[in-house]
Amino acid sequence: MAEPMKIRATLQGDVADVRILMMHPMETGQRKDAKGEIVPLHFIQSVVVTHNGKTVLDAQWSQAISRNPFLGLHVKGAKAGDKIAVTWTDNKNEKRTDEVAVTPGS
Amino acid sequence: MLKLRGGIAAIAFLCLSGGAYAADPLAVGRQMLADDNPGDLWAQRGERLFHEKRGPKQASLDQCDLGVGPGKVEGAFAQLPRYFSDTDKVQDLESRLLTCMVELQGLTREDIVKNRFGNLDRMSDMEALVSFIGSKSNGMKMNVRLSHQKEYDMYKAGEYIFFRRNGPLDFSCATCHTENGKRIRLQDLPNMTDPKQMQAVVATAWPAYRGTQSTVRTMQHRLSDCNWQMRLPDLGYASDMSVALTTYLNRSGNGGMIELPGVRR
Repeated sequence: MAEPMKIRATLQGDVADVRILMMHPMETGQRKDAKGEIVPLHFIQSVVVTHNGKTVLDAQWSQAISRNPFLGLHVKGAKAGDKIAVTWTDNKNEKRTDEVAVTPGS
Repeated sequence: MLKLRGGIAAIAFLCLSGGAYAADPLAVGRQMLADDNPGDLWAQRGERLFHEKRGPKQASLDQCDLGVGPGKVEGAFAQLPRYFSDTDKVQDLESRLLTCMVELQGLTREDIVKNRFGNLDRMSDMEALVSFIGSKSNGMKMNVRLSHQKEYDMYKAGEYIFFRRNGPLDFSCATCHTENGKRIRLQDLPNMTDPKQMQAVVATAWPAYRGTQSTVRTMQHRLSDCNWQMRLPDLGYASDMSVALTTYLNRSGNGGMIELPGVRR
């Protein structure tokens, strides 16, 4: 089962600073396990970030992204309480969606 | 250009403020990662595992006494290792969790020890639990008391081991950790006889997320790795020797503001 993401969305003026941590093995297909056998490719292929249901980022990732990846982005025109949802899908078709509300900045 | 000059000023400031020991070149990266530490994902997973009914006895760890009452995790890390009357032993966080998982959940010690450190193929429950419990002392100060005789004995034993040279390389912990500005390759080594440096070390690691290993590592892992680096026989997991060293080191870091899990190379 995929672990939940950790998402923070903090308002800075009318821009939300969104920071996402994901837990994923991101196997490159080149590593060998303890038995000497190649560990098959297993990586996040697509990441979609939505702001109140409207897609603001649609990324296609490759196996070049690190294990347990971090993604940061700025969303313009956000207000406190807006919903930021993140969905990733990997090459084994596993999915994970998490959602947070934008918090007012300090 | 302005930005660049600011950068130079910052570097100059770091060099100056470093003073007695070399400025930590990783401090900048650690600062950037502070709020976005993948270790937090381990803490999240640890929290779930802590409350989940697991093992042959289908029990959670909600009855586990870490020294601040059954099931209480707030502030538990700050006062460990300590003496526990039920086991009549001084225990650190990991050996205490081991006791709880065996007694309450009916898991076998062998299985837990086999899976004590995660690797790229499988995750360790212990590393997650330690991250979670460590994070529940954030904002508190390290406060290891030596109120029980056995705690004091452990502290003294740890101090002795710290300075005792042994093994084929005739090394002790003190060989590397009692001078300012020592390094192994590019890694600065803390001077563990300086309370200020010790507070910073103990309160922000371990548990810490290691970028090079893509996982959280614990104090027991750090100690067994030190042991290996000194070419000593393998340090037994949750052994008296490891607890003695942890007692000595954590006590030396008393007063440090806890911020866990940390971030390390």
